[in-house]
Amino acid sequence: MAPKTLYDKLWESHVVRVDETGMALLYIDRQLIHEVTSPQAFEGLRLAGRKPWRPSANLAVPDHNVPTRDRTAGISDPISRLQVETLAANCRAFGITELGMDDPRQGIVHVIGPEQGFTLPGTTIVCGDSHTSTHGAFGALAFGIGTSEVEHVLATQTLPQRRSKTMLVEISGTLGPQVTAKDLALDLIGQIGTAGGTGYVIEFAGEAVRALSMEGRMTLCNMAIEAGARAGIIGVDDKTIEYLRGRPMAPQGELFDRAAQYWRTLVSDPDAQFDRVVRIDATAVAPQVTWGTSPEMVVPVTARVPDPKDESDPVKARGMARALDYMGLTPGMPIVEIQIDKVFIGSCTNARLEDLRAAAAIVRGKRIADSIKQALVVPGSGLVRAQAEAEGLDRIFIEAGFEWREPGCSMCLAMNADRLAPGERCASTSNRNFEGRQGSGGRTHLTSPPMAAAAAIAGHFVDVRAL
Amino acid sequence: MEPFQNLTGILAPLDRANVDTDAIIPKQFLKSIQRTGFGPYLFDEWRYLDHGEPGMDCSHRPRNPEFVLNDPRYEHASILLTRENFGCGSSREHAPWALYDFGIRVILAPSFADIFFNNCFKNGLLPIQLPPELIDRLFVKATQPEPLQISVDLPAQTLTLSDGEVIPFAIDPAHKHRLIHGLDDIALTLQFAEQIRAYEERRRLEAPWLFS
Repeated sequence: MAPKTLYDKLWESHVVRVDETGMALLYIDRQLIHEVTSPQAFEGLRLAGRKPWRPSANLAVPDHNVPTRDRTAGISDPISRLQVETLAANCRAFGITELGMDDPRQGIVHVIGPEQGFTLPGTTIVCGDSHTSTHGAFGALAFGIGTSEVEHVLATQTLPQRRSKTMLVEISGTLGPQVTAKDLALDLIGQIGTAGGTGYVIEFAGEAVRALSMEGRMTLCNMAIEAGARAGIIGVDDKTIEYLRGRPMAPQGELFDRAAQYWRTLVSDPDAQFDRVVRIDATAVAPQVTWGTSPEMVVPVTARVPDPKDESDPVKARGMARALDYMGLTPGMPIVEIQIDKVFIGSCTNARLEDLRAAAAIVRGKRIADSIKQALVVPGSGLVRAQAEAEGLDRIFIEAGFEWREPGCSMCLAMNADRLAPGERCASTSNRNFEGRQGSGGRTHLTSPPMAAAAAIAGHFVDVRAL
Repeated sequence: MEPFQNLTGILAPLDRANVDTDAIIPKQFLKSIQRTGFGPYLFDEWRYLDHGEPGMDCSHRPRNPEFVLNDPRYEHASILLTRENFGCGSSREHAPWALYDFGIRVILAPSFADIFFNNCFKNGLLPIQLPPELIDRLFVKATQPEPLQISVDLPAQTLTLSDGEVIPFAIDPAHKHRLIHGLDDIALTLQFAEQIRAYEERRRLEAPWLFS
């Protein structure tokens, strides 16, 4: 039998049927649901008189709109409140489990899925959210979909899909101190571009990927979408299985052992063929900082803001000039001289316990710079928050001048009250530096948790390795 | 979904690469629980000089004269010409809803982001991928004093420009079929409900932990 990639195995085990044009109907094991991309899907079901095919295959949580300050007062914005209430009402009406705003397990959908053991190896997982790629860290085929597809999955437990091409990103070597999975992801996007992965499922493999914790692997797969790939996947190993053992929604006891036995087969066979291979030497990767309005506009912290004059492609050069204008930066400026107004540590990319520990290690015993207007830490979930508090991380952040918040998407996309004012510059551990993403006119620099923490202390970017 | 067969319209040139769905429809408008009404807020941060919020009456808002859809030549455009990786970023289907609601029916680009591309077909929008050199040439033609009109023939898979040039285009046959007939994907899939159930029964035996 020909050797198979992990993607081949995941794909083939979920095909219900293939039509005459080669379009497959793919079975979907799990759907995660949040308040922003689901109301029209539930409304569609209602209008057509349909019911969810398998309600227990879904798990819902509000995360985009929820306030991260005191929640006892509820949501003050009436439109946000209606959207969160609509999710709760829809879940009640259709028999879907929801971890509501007051549930201690509530959090960012891509943090709570793995945390609860709802995310399992060998499954297909979808969500009306592009960062669903996160769950691929568990050897699952996980990808973001639109609202019409959310409705389709609710109604049929399937999706019509064509097979993707496969890309192997082989990461050799060892990450240096204070260099993280986020830096690997940004380095890759800098190399292949934000459309480099379009049409592909990326498998991350190699020594440096094996060395990453599950949290780091989630960060890497999370950013696969920023490289244009709908899904990132990583083969199952002991770390995957140990992470899942004992999680409330994962199988227990004998059934867990039986599942684990199958999960261990979820790796690419030796000599499996990929459509494209990209190799990265982790040892050579430095902490990364974006300078523009697309995640591909990224350089190492030791570099300078690039000059559009050095770009031969005129469309790209115009895009660079426009981005520099929006960002208020001049070509040739050293990255470490960029002054910061706000710092955001959070998002589905970097709001897990490991991220908070890494940031806390940098700020311990220090104060944020006087020029910093606001520094936020927004844990990825209620459970991450509770564990961080048990470890005293909240005290470290608060004593350094950070605000310690309730879990949610928060300033990653600024749908709630947490946002940048026009012209404000933010060191952010989130995933998108698009124009206006963190607030109309706001300027976002994507970076890792230790780099963002170091920028908060210094008031400008610094090479965290030199501290 | 409205069937799509033929359309003749003005081509509006949006000369930017990597246009993301945050730019197409900013986050504050995603709080709506409706599918319609997003058109006035399409490209809100580029189109208007003030800050938009849901429910605002856009007829009196100050417009950015530099933005292509505010150019009188392109106000009633139904075809958008743009650069690579259009629709990247967030999966929000509000992006195709906003484009459709504004009156855009066809988008021409060298490449599209995957999720956005799929979302278009669910909403009667036709995204067409064309070679970069051809896109370059269309940008030249579309930015003349007289706007370029294009007739799109989906069954024949051709674009006919107002200067007579005919351009063939490719499309996935499954997408074409669904657009032409305006088919409801869910109804189509439910024709195979028995096969889905049979698959599910097999899976229940193979991976019982997913069904407990």
